[in-house]
Amino acid sequence: MRTRGLFTRVALVLGLVFLYVPIISMIVFSFNNSRLVTVWDAARSPTLKWYGVLVHNEQILAAAWLSIRIAVVAASAAVVLGTLAGVALARFGAFRARLLLAGMVTAPIVMPEVITGLSLLLMFVALEQLIGWPKGTGAVTIALAHITFCMAYVTVVVQSRLAGFDESLEEAAMDLGARPLKVFFRITLPLILPAIASGWLLAFTLSWDDLVITQFVAGPGSSTLPMVVFSKVRFGVTPDVNALATILVLLVATGIAVSTVWMRYQQRRRERDLQLAAAANL
Amino acid sequence: MSSEVPPPAAAGSAPDSAYVRIRDVSKKFGDFAAVDHVSLDIRRGEIFCLLGGSGSGKTTLLRMLAGFEAPTTGSIEIEGQDLSRVPPYERPVNMMFQSYALFPHMSVEKNVAFGLEQEHLGRDAIRRQVGEILDIVKMGDFGARKPHQLSGGQRQRVALARALVKRPKLLLLDEPLAALDKKLREHTQFELLNIQQRLGVTFIVVTHDQEEAMTLGTRLGVMNQGRIVQVGTPSDIYESPATRFVADFIGSVNMFAGEVYANGGEGLCIRSADLGCTVRAERATGGAQGATVWTAIRPEKIQITRAAQAAGPPAAENTASGTVKEIAYMGDMSIYLVRLDSGSMVRVTLPNVLRGTERPIAREERVALSWHGSSPVVLTE
Amino acid sequence: MRLSQATGRRLIAAVPTLWLLLLFLIPFLIVFRISFSEVRLAIPPYTPLLAWHHGALHFEVHWSAYSFLFTDPMYVSSYLYSLKVAAVSTLCCLFIGYPMAYAIARSGPATRPLLLMLIVLPFWTSFLLRVYAWIGLLKNNGVINNVLLSLHLIDHPLALLQTDFAVYIGIVYSYLPFMILPLYANLEKHDETLLEAAADLGARPWRAFARITLPQSLPGIAAGSLLVFIPAVGEYVIPTLLGRPDQLMIGRVLSDEFFENRDWPVASAVAILILLLLIVPILLFQRVERRQLETEA
Repeated sequence: MRTRGLFTRVALVLGLVFLYVPIISMIVFSFNNSRLVTVWDAARSPTLKWYGVLVHNEQILAAAWLSIRIAVVAASAAVVLGTLAGVALARFGAFRARLLLAGMVTAPIVMPEVITGLSLLLMFVALEQLIGWPKGTGAVTIALAHITFCMAYVTVVVQSRLAGFDESLEEAAMDLGARPLKVFFRITLPLILPAIASGWLLAFTLSWDDLVITQFVAGPGSSTLPMVVFSKVRFGVTPDVNALATILVLLVATGIAVSTVWMRYQQRRRERDLQLAAAANL
Repeated sequence: MSSEVPPPAAAGSAPDSAYVRIRDVSKKFGDFAAVDHVSLDIRRGEIFCLLGGSGSGKTTLLRMLAGFEAPTTGSIEIEGQDLSRVPPYERPVNMMFQSYALFPHMSVEKNVAFGLEQEHLGRDAIRRQVGEILDIVKMGDFGARKPHQLSGGQRQRVALARALVKRPKLLLLDEPLAALDKKLREHTQFELLNIQQRLGVTFIVVTHDQEEAMTLGTRLGVMNQGRIVQVGTPSDIYESPATRFVADFIGSVNMFAGEVYANGGEGLCIRSADLGCTVRAERATGGAQGATVWTAIRPEKIQITRAAQAAGPPAAENTASGTVKEIAYMGDMSIYLVRLDSGSMVRVTLPNVLRGTERPIAREERVALSWHGSSPVVLTE
Repeated sequence: MRLSQATGRRLIAAVPTLWLLLLFLIPFLIVFRISFSEVRLAIPPYTPLLAWHHGALHFEVHWSAYSFLFTDPMYVSSYLYSLKVAAVSTLCCLFIGYPMAYAIARSGPATRPLLLMLIVLPFWTSFLLRVYAWIGLLKNNGVINNVLLSLHLIDHPLALLQTDFAVYIGIVYSYLPFMILPLYANLEKHDETLLEAAADLGARPWRAFARITLPQSLPGIAAGSLLVFIPAVGEYVIPTLLGRPDQLMIGRVLSDEFFENRDWPVASAVAILILLLLIVPILLFQRVERRQLETEA
């Protein structure tokens, strides 16, 4: 038992090193003065030079702003659609289109992105031929595509949260005189709110991060941040991308750290409550 | 049907006393009939217990009363008002769920107030009524707590208060005590009876626990495979079960197949090879000569005495002899498993009235079993 | 009222269903249809499936895209290469991820959320940038070569970038959390008394693991492996940034056919062939997922 515990623990540490070395090296070299990125220029480093270059790069700033707007729209719409789908799948029992909906909802999660991207673009082209909309590709088609694959993730999160709650909660509310719509807003929605919040964040990240599907459905003049970064790094390492990566990693890490601390606090409060309940039993 | 004086029919009593009237209700899920042509009348102010095993249809019947399931056929009326097509949120019926289903994101007060808020009562009226009902269930000091800050027994009371605060015409309780531990369950049973008497609300309780049903229920309805097999008071059901299923399901029983050979003025005479003696059942009538019937005798109604002599021919009616095979000491009583000379096993229970009896009956001892002529119940199905 | 509740439910289910029909299922049918067309110089650049000839409606099915794919060895080899890369990467993820997931599942309740957060955190940062980071590590004057050279372990920089090895590293690195999380979710639910019972009955730790833990974790292994394998087959970014220029993966082929050659029928046919290959794993994944959800409920 002891040796296996040691083995898995060593594997865990090595695995975490594997996961973090690239990120850390990116952060370190973002403060490097040399244009040769991976050669440390000890004389004139650390420096914030590349951060300066970055914030004056109009192209990157414009792309980041477009990405943020698309991600907000896509995450918000995906949360609405995904919640509807999650509620339908978790609460409506066996309805006629259930298998169809269940199958379509999880497929985008694993589907290779090139296929999703290609099929969406061909659909947009066919639609334009048919009804004259959407006029070409751009921010609108990107948002529509992102909503589609993001809602899949939201659905899964909402559905599994609902599965953890006894359906008798909703029945009890109905039994006490609340109509179905009221039951949803007073009982179901507050219960799944944490899932909806994390679903939104997940959708935002996925949309913000997506490259392959976006490349298919983006038009001229609608380059998102990943597209700009990809066209830069495809032909080699550029130091200002290191600076960009560092900023993003720090933002995410702060967000996650804050939420973890908050969750810890909640859990501790919960544990105290349980002790209280146990004491009440005596 | 039983060959004895039948218990009151399902309808029970005069039609005007029916408060809740269930008429020929069935519920089918596909081909499976969860509830199969059930008719039942429930009186105002009584505690009616639906007793049955899992899958007997008792919970489905309860859910149809609450409005969560629509009956496939039949109708449900309360005080003459047909409820079959009324949605759960418009029924004058409330339910206490087995899981209690307390809203985890609301305080105790908010939980209890929820039903009143749906009636758009004024804030003061709601606060007053919530306070009153919480006092009745002795939870007045816990109004600000959240459900997860309560113990199991406290949650049960909040669930009860939440269901009662709307003063429903009918309160449905789904396994109300199942989630409590044994000691607490007994205490809560009496408290539940107390509250019911105080408020005068009609209760329908679903349970699989016969003890719970016996102590709580004014009347019981035993369900099996979607049908009501017998309705009656607890003692009706225990002392005069209508079928072998009921006799076996409620309490424990010794059952022997036999053949009717006389049907005279002093009851029914049955010859049973299983028992190795003849039985005279004084309370039983009916039953044609030569018919195959079952004789059921409860273990506590059998006397056990040390046999005077070794195996001999059975002396008279309603006695049998055998050998003690197992003895289980339970504290308040002892259970004896006796192998009769015919080979059948009989279960006998004896209260331990005296402390440390001088020479208790031991294993492998020869014993004589006997019972009063009023004890055997004769069943035909 | 009962009717209106049913109508409401139908509406709730209908909105996402219609959305996915329009933006997920119908697009595939369009891809399927275009894969049976021929390329032409027009907008859109393919022949219509239905056409009027001499006053009669003709249903034209062209197999040229498919026959082209099967006769050109470049396509066949990139198809097989993608399978190999995805399979090897999945196995690597499993061998690296399983002990990690096991260690997390057996760690104390205080450290567990922290470890999980460490696994998930990279997932929240940009995928593209994390792949890009490996260029800096792997290239000829990159970090790894610099370190090895300065330690005098090697004389010449190793060619690490633009190799199969780099692609494996990239895929394993990017998809490792997708393997660890389902495995952890499964392993965490295991009843440790089962292992104690096995030990009590005389099984040595490794044998207890092979006979008790491993069989019970099969659903987690299946979910994790499918979550890695299916997207890896069609992976585009990682081989483009880290892989060999002379051996493309099938996702890159699809993209090149579409963007460089503007051959929509061949790109569609490639997509259909990838789908044909993945339809069984995808259905398998959905079954595993559904079971998972049902047991949770």
